[in-house]
Amino acid sequence: MSDNPIHKTPQTTPRQSATFDEYTNSEIRRAAATGIYDIRGGGSKRKLPHFDDLLFLGASVSRYPLEGYREKCGTDVVLGTRFAKKPIHLKTPVTIAGMSFGSLSGQAKESLGRGASAAGTSTTTGDGGMTQEERGHSTTLVYQYLPSRYGMNPDDLRKADAIELVIGQGAKPGGGGMLLGQKITKRVAKMRCLPEGIDQRSSCRHPDWTGPDDLEIKIAEIREITDWEKPIYVKIGATRPYFDVALAVKAGADVVVLDGMQGGTAATQEVFIEHVGLPILAAIRPAVKALQDLGLYRNGKNSVQLIVSGGIRNGADVAKAIALGADAVAIGTAALIALGDNDPHLEAEYNKLGTTAGAYDDWHEGKDPAGITTQDPELMKRLDPIKAGHRLANYIAVMTMEAQVVARACGKSHLHNLEPEDLVALTIEASAMAQVPLAGTNWIPGITKF
Amino acid sequence: METLNFDLDVKPLREVNQFLHGDASGLNGKKVVIENPNGAHNIAVGLKSEVDVTIKGHAGYYAAGMNQLAKVTIEGSAGSGVAENMMSGHVHVKGFASNAAGATANGGLLVIDGDAGLRCGIALKGADIIVGGSVGSFSAFMAQAGNFIILGDAGEGLGDSIYEAKVFVRGTVKSLGADCEKKTTSAEDRKILADLLVKAGYADVNPDSFQQYGSARTLYHFHVDNAGAY
Repeated sequence: MSDNPIHKTPQTTPRQSATFDEYTNSEIRRAAATGIYDIRGGGSKRKLPHFDDLLFLGASVSRYPLEGYREKCGTDVVLGTRFAKKPIHLKTPVTIAGMSFGSLSGQAKESLGRGASAAGTSTTTGDGGMTQEERGHSTTLVYQYLPSRYGMNPDDLRKADAIELVIGQGAKPGGGGMLLGQKITKRVAKMRCLPEGIDQRSSCRHPDWTGPDDLEIKIAEIREITDWEKPIYVKIGATRPYFDVALAVKAGADVVVLDGMQGGTAATQEVFIEHVGLPILAAIRPAVKALQDLGLYRNGKNSVQLIVSGGIRNGADVAKAIALGADAVAIGTAALIALGDNDPHLEAEYNKLGTTAGAYDDWHEGKDPAGITTQDPELMKRLDPIKAGHRLANYIAVMTMEAQVVARACGKSHLHNLEPEDLVALTIEASAMAQVPLAGTNWIPGITKF
Repeated sequence: METLNFDLDVKPLREVNQFLHGDASGLNGKKVVIENPNGAHNIAVGLKSEVDVTIKGHAGYYAAGMNQLAKVTIEGSAGSGVAENMMSGHVHVKGFASNAAGATANGGLLVIDGDAGLRCGIALKGADIIVGGSVGSFSAFMAQAGNFIILGDAGEGLGDSIYEAKVFVRGTVKSLGADCEKKTTSAEDRKILADLLVKAGYADVNPDSFQQYGSARTLYHFHVDNAGAY
């Protein structure tokens, strides 16, 4: 044999499997070692068709733009015009999604209230009831009415500015919540009427109604108890948006909240987060169609408003969601990041937890070094509600201004004047889901011919 | 005592409920009679004063829902969710109750003289429920706190995933749900049972004729050995 390397049998470069990738293999090893499914917080982390796959067609010869800094571009939104005596008026269509005290610290809830109030928008309670931290600092507070009814009481129902009847959420449509023992502290346990330190499982179904006809009576009950004053939202996880929206509206909803699979949760099974539900991009148009077919879409007082959530990150996402037909959006994960969640300055502490800034999602373990998704008194102290609230208010203001920039470029004097015709898609998938043409063509798969 | 009569054949329910939500100082101690309910839903929901309401006939869904302080008597049967999420007060159904009676109730006393349907006392959070007849399947599902007394029989899956509620059954139990087991009644629990029987108008019933059930507490923490029960 020659020593010349060229005469050796060449070896291929070691190749990782695309199917059995590094994460997949690590999960197989974790499952084999523990015998129980992986639980985590947050929403879907996989790459999904999303708002980034859409672009706005700014004004040109055929459209007339508005002057960027001088001409008015309205951002306000009224929610609950259909039946409620006291609809909600918000300055911005960016609202704060439901997140529970228990999953979040009291300081985090206070921060959300402070930030949202400064920005002229609403916050929303979550499983476990209403806290003084949040009611006291939220000018407009939406009270969630959930299957578990943890902490639910009629006094809080009356204190709310609106009521959100939760049927599901995007991270786990068809599933109930979880709050593991590390976060069931004395205060959380008392509010939820549970033994301290247990692993709490929330119901996936409401205890006292089963179908849409029952739901109609349930909504009527809540209206009667609150003397028809409060707007009633119905929140659904995106799965069959046309039919679910139609049924929610038939049952009497004033507002429908539609949450895509990118929407976060405090804790549930990884398999649920990544494999059940629809990306929000695919859900908005069928939901709007349901409202249009029922004659309740932007039809004056006789309208049902649509709030969409799940992966809203910036003003472009806000504008795109509204252009597709939403009246408002809700942010959860993004709001937590604005407060300080997963911040790189805590990298050393994330490393100690076996993760890295930006990837930390074991919220159920209650060890959040940012003091947000924890009930640990020492960690909670790290979050300054005034500073965190200020960051959130800044962030919402930026999102609102960004949405205005885009709307003005499209010649719109109000965000609600944005429309699907202002959009094109970069991919065939996004084109089909959002029902807007593939960029440079008139083709919408399933609707028009190429 | 002054009695006010409302006839639902002529008076809209909305107006009756609005009246019943009035200032407590004007309602405390008042007697209100609601005639011709004819199965209407949401009668006397959200009451928050010590008013005494009698419904002369059958009520639909959620009668006396979220009750606080008031005494509500239904002289007939009640639809689904009677006294759901009650906080305090006293609700008495003289006939039968449909599904989810007393669901998630936090406080107060619910008495049902007849049978109750499925999921009676589901997610009970501290109220007391006494059923003179039998209860349907999945009753006391995930019941968290409170006392639930059944003079008749219980259907399948009694107390599935129950937390700290106490269930007393005089008749037979078709089957127990996950993590629900027989308990020995302590002297303290016997007193609770005996006192509630008297309070509910069943003083002649022997407290020693009941079997107590409660949580085995094996599902309180996620564990691989319990995977089949989740």
